Amino acid sequence: MAKATFKVPVLSQYPQLPPVTPGSMAHSAPFRSKPEFQAPLGFPGELVENWQQRAIEKMGELLGRYRSLRVYLDACVKCGACTDKCHYFLGTQDPKNMPVGRQDLMRKVYRRYFTPAGRLFPKLVGAEDLTKEVLDEWYGYFHQCSQCRRCSVFCPCGIDTAEISMAAREIMDAIGVGQKYCNEIIAKVYKVGNNLGLPGPALVNTLEGLEEDVFDDTGVRVRYPIDQVGAEILFVTPSADFFAEPHVDGLIGYGKVMHESGLSWTFSTLASEAANFGLFIGSYENMRRVAMRIREAAIQLKVKRIVFGECGHAWRVGYSFLNSLAGPWDFLDPRYPVPQHICEFTWDLIQQGRLTLDKSQNDDKVLTFHDSCNVARASRMGDTAGGQFEIPRAIIRATCNHFFDMDEETIRDRTFCCGGGGGLLTDDLIELRVKGAKPRMEALNNVIQEKGVTHMVAICAICKSQFTKVLPFYGMEMDQVISLHQLVSNAIVLTPRYDDADDGDGA
Amino acid sequence: MSFLTELYAYVFYGAALVFVSGLTYKVVQYTLAPAPLKVPTTPAPTTRGGVVLRMTREVVLFESLFRGNKWTWMFGWLFHFGLFLVTLRHLRYFLNPVPAFIEFIQPFGVYAGFAMMIGLLGLWARRFLVDRVRYISAPADHLMLGLLLLIGASGLLIHFLVHTDIVAVKTFIVGLYRFDFSPLPTDPVLLLHLALVAGLMIIFPYSKLLHAPGLFFSPTRNQVDNPRERRHLAAWASRLERP
Repeated sequence: MAKATFKVPVLSQYPQLPPVTPGSMAHSAPFRSKPEFQAPLGFPGELVENWQQRAIEKMGELLGRYRSLRVYLDACVKCGACTDKCHYFLGTQDPKNMPVGRQDLMRKVYRRYFTPAGRLFPKLVGAEDLTKEVLDEWYGYFHQCSQCRRCSVFCPCGIDTAEISMAAREIMDAIGVGQKYCNEIIAKVYKVGNNLGLPGPALVNTLEGLEEDVFDDTGVRVRYPIDQVGAEILFVTPSADFFAEPHVDGLIGYGKVMHESGLSWTFSTLASEAANFGLFIGSYENMRRVAMRIREAAIQLKVKRIVFGECGHAWRVGYSFLNSLAGPWDFLDPRYPVPQHICEFTWDLIQQGRLTLDKSQNDDKVLTFHDSCNVARASRMGDTAGGQFEIPRAIIRATCNHFFDMDEETIRDRTFCCGGGGGLLTDDLIELRVKGAKPRMEALNNVIQEKGVTHMVAICAICKSQFTKVLPFYGMEMDQVISLHQLVSNAIVLTPRYDDADDGDGA
Repeated sequence: MSFLTELYAYVFYGAALVFVSGLTYKVVQYTLAPAPLKVPTTPAPTTRGGVVLRMTREVVLFESLFRGNKWTWMFGWLFHFGLFLVTLRHLRYFLNPVPAFIEFIQPFGVYAGFAMMIGLLGLWARRFLVDRVRYISAPADHLMLGLLLLIGASGLLIHFLVHTDIVAVKTFIVGLYRFDFSPLPTDPVLLLHLALVAGLMIIFPYSKLLHAPGLFFSPTRNQVDNPRERRHLAAWASRLERP
């Protein structure tokens, strides 16, 4: 079991509602960004002099830009329906981690500066000045929200705390108070092209290595092409897929599916990253700039289609926002949606009977499936509402013999966040990440005990990294989380290629 | 003409003005603020008609709240549905002649008054009994419930115990349409009931009662899930596309 300097929550068979414990996570705050990471994003390097005035101005600007923010700051009736829905509250008991508690950190400032009631009777309506203390509280607690939208499912007015925490982060960035993890990564995307800072030649090397591994393993020359002009499909995937475990096993699976499809495809060094952390910091401009690389790559490589790999928030940006941010996509093949999720792609092939799958190859595992929050509640797959739940499960059922869902209240649109989404997947927030994983760990533990589940399938790079890290804190093994396309990869029966017998360099 | 009649007449003109102009201002503000990104909470309807259905379920049945918390849903729905019937019932004091439908629901409107009170008491109890809800309750949240309870209680009192000359009340109200002030009965409970209702109208556009129009503008509920089929672009965002 991993060592912790804090108290790891105890898992129970039936979820229990924790008593409110004010201030229990008041100490939690991620590392601050540095001037060199702020500048490339267009933010001031450090706290500006007239920060209070600038913050209020920025808030006013965002209120005019986002209807969601404007309506959500007004509409909350404090009914309490959201109070027991956030995994961070359930794991930490801190009432400021209740969605409404978190929203109120901004709402009290909004009321003070933007509503007559808050100007005249601040105490009565809970309005407060934006002081240094309030700013610190913002920094701490708006970085304890993974923007998973679970609260928005249950709110009678549809209030989405993610919209508010994104706005808060944008306001803080505008006055020079950025978060290191997100902003350093976005700066890296601008400079190198992906979150992990992998330069083009390193990617080319990695993919060549993978081709050899797969050939050694299967005797079939599966290609993992990059920067191939004229390919049919541009494949955009989170950079963790190129080498992190268990991500890379999923990437191997993508290649095998592409191989069987017979279509030409390519990665791109320019768009070697599906992730778009511009979402997490609420910055439309940065999100757009990151997304535009995909458009440029598509034009440069003259592709006809775009397919996304397994990544939760990237799929939100891909499915829900890409058309707004980087469209229109009228130069691509209109017969296919832009972009397509690899699960949609794989499921299409399965339905057409074009994949030969040997389920028994996964007989050493009993599986369950973790719905990633951004896929579940902020996007879709396929033609019908809810396809994002059915298609991954259909692929799992087609590739293995033993599959059990976790408790209904913890899956589909009620799924619990892994605890590391929304730009919180950083070691300086490890206590938050472990505690926030509790509801998911509890549901997982129950199917392990009751159904003998051995592995949890995920379709998100952040989920995979987060679970790999936190599973050991709960007495489980880090390799119990696997990629969905790892299952596909195991089960797929490859069609030999004409040049498989060659031992040359793949000419 | 008594001072009280005149006072109440002007208070109601003022309250109506604040209510209508304040609400119009907010609705215009909500309408003008763009929603630059597609953010429906999914699974979401893929057609406009589907969205109308989803919104109807939210408004009429409080679908999301039902999934969220059964107690709050029960009390909240009792209160709102009660208030809705009571309001319909009250139309007979405003319309001449009284439509048959309004005649028909008169007795139900009275029961609805009790349902509304039970709902409010249940919701208020939660603010004391559930530690999470206690934590998020500001003084204004308690006052709002107190105000609504007092309005309901005074109304029921007038109906059952301390009757007023309801015909005179109607003459007063209908007279307000023509700036013709007929004498308002001076029963204290009636005066309290009317004063509180005027107060409610005045605070409506400046309080959390904005959840009523707000729900219709909530992007997580009112957007169609079709971002890949149709390009969604806000005016301010399209300006970023110009070099």
